[in-house]
Amino acid sequence: MKYMLLIWNRPGFTEELSEQERTALFGEVDEIMKELTETGELIGGQALANPSQTLTVRLVDGSPEVLDGPFMESKEQFAGYLAVDCDSPQRAAEIAARWPDVRYGGAMEVRPIMDEAGTEM
Amino acid sequence: MTEDRTVEDLLRTFAPQVLGLLVRRHGQFDRCEDAVQEALLAAATQWPAQGVPDNPRAWLLTVATRRLTDEWRSESARRDREVAVARREPAYAGVAPAADAEPAVPADDDTLTLLFLCCHPALPGSAQVALTLRAVGGLSTAQIARAHLVPEATMSQRIRRAKQRIEAAGARFSMPGPAERDERLRTVLRVLYLIFNEGYTASSGPDLHRAELTGEAIRLARILRGLLPDDGEVTGLLALMLLTDAHRAARVGPDGELVPLAEQDRSRWDAAAITEGIALITEALTWSPPGPYQLQAAIAAVHAEASTAAETDWRQIVALYRLLARVAPNPMVTLNQAVAVAMVDGPRAGLALLTPLDADERTAGHHRLAAVRAHLLELAGDVGAAREAYLAAARDTTSRPEQRYLEVRAARLTGQG
Repeated sequence: MKYMLLIWNRPGFTEELSEQERTALFGEVDEIMKELTETGELIGGQALANPSQTLTVRLVDGSPEVLDGPFMESKEQFAGYLAVDCDSPQRAAEIAARWPDVRYGGAMEVRPIMDEAGTEM
Repeated sequence: MTEDRTVEDLLRTFAPQVLGLLVRRHGQFDRCEDAVQEALLAAATQWPAQGVPDNPRAWLLTVATRRLTDEWRSESARRDREVAVARREPAYAGVAPAADAEPAVPADDDTLTLLFLCCHPALPGSAQVALTLRAVGGLSTAQIARAHLVPEATMSQRIRRAKQRIEAAGARFSMPGPAERDERLRTVLRVLYLIFNEGYTASSGPDLHRAELTGEAIRLARILRGLLPDDGEVTGLLALMLLTDAHRAARVGPDGELVPLAEQDRSRWDAAAITEGIALITEALTWSPPGPYQLQAAIAAVHAEASTAAETDWRQIVALYRLLARVAPNPMVTLNQAVAVAMVDGPRAGLALLTPLDADERTAGHHRLAAVRAHLLELAGDVGAAREAYLAAARDTTSRPEQRYLEVRAARLTGQG
């Protein structure tokens, strides 16, 4: 079963960390990524640039318009994702629970990825 | 049949035999498995161009053994030798098998031992599947990765890890003892059925590589039946696969939409597969105590024997489900049983069977339960509740074709109640 783990955090929160905290945080991320690579669960993942660089396209007066800034004005922003293929939803949640951003007030969303296969109904 | 196809068939047939011989001689399943993969790769590139050697199995064994001994030397020596092997290749084609190249035990036994090893209980299901496909099926990591829609690096790591776990568990290349053997065989059957379903539920288009798993599962089930002709469940599984796969052309509509069994164009069913499946299951049931795969195959056979959905012998199907529920109690069986009961005793009787499943953690909140309930509520004429249940099922499924199907069913009921 494939899951997308969506990382939500407060943009720029790492700027407030001490050198030591920052090193520890990136170290934790590296360690999780290494483990997921070794187990053959990691499908992919990307980190996103600061939301200040975001463009949002929405409908304005009946036609799509490109606007500066993120879709949602909120304290936490979508910061990146991991895609994993694991044996249970519990395992996916366990990976998310270890992601360090959670400790700094962020959140991880665990969302199943839709499958193109389907059983006979 | 193209030359490439012949070569690939040959390679896939010999892969487990060569691996078995190699492990028997040298131990080290992990390394031997890698060496065989390299030999298969070499053959796949060289044979189509240079012709199939006189004794293909000896060729593969020779090349794999060389890879193995090369690896035991240094990395740089290995690299040099690959170049040399590539240059000297024509010489290999004529190499007569060495006196010791012929197996001391029948290759068949090795294939069975390999299957049992790949389905070792220390491995999670996904690893059992991947390893079985590679070591017994002779598929490359790239092919397995494509079929599972994951990057090759991910699959390669999963296979490496599986082999490490087997080694760490202290598993040896030998048949498990009688006490363990039965349970291990059940695991092998489950893994083959898993591979089959992974392929069967994939429809077409981007899933084409995945759909090929169905054929591979049937091929492996045939091999297993050749090895264990006296096991009724092995035959039952092969029959079940054939009878299910017979629907392939009819189960998906022109736009990729799922077509339920009752609405399939039965003239598009694969008659040859049905004939074979029915013959297999009918014969097996004359001598074997009926196990879960045989009973499911028997149910599939009853469906196959009806030339229209309306002619289905639902009474017989209900009787078979009752037996199945006794042999292998499982809420998923109850779900299917409820549909059959509804066809005989009316939808309310079917719905009553579903009630306890709401309290079963294996089915509570499962989209299949909501989907079956929706279907039975629709039959009962309770349009509003049926619509709600279809929508609940559509929300809970993670399959796009199923979601589409369920949403269409719900939409058809809108405005009717």
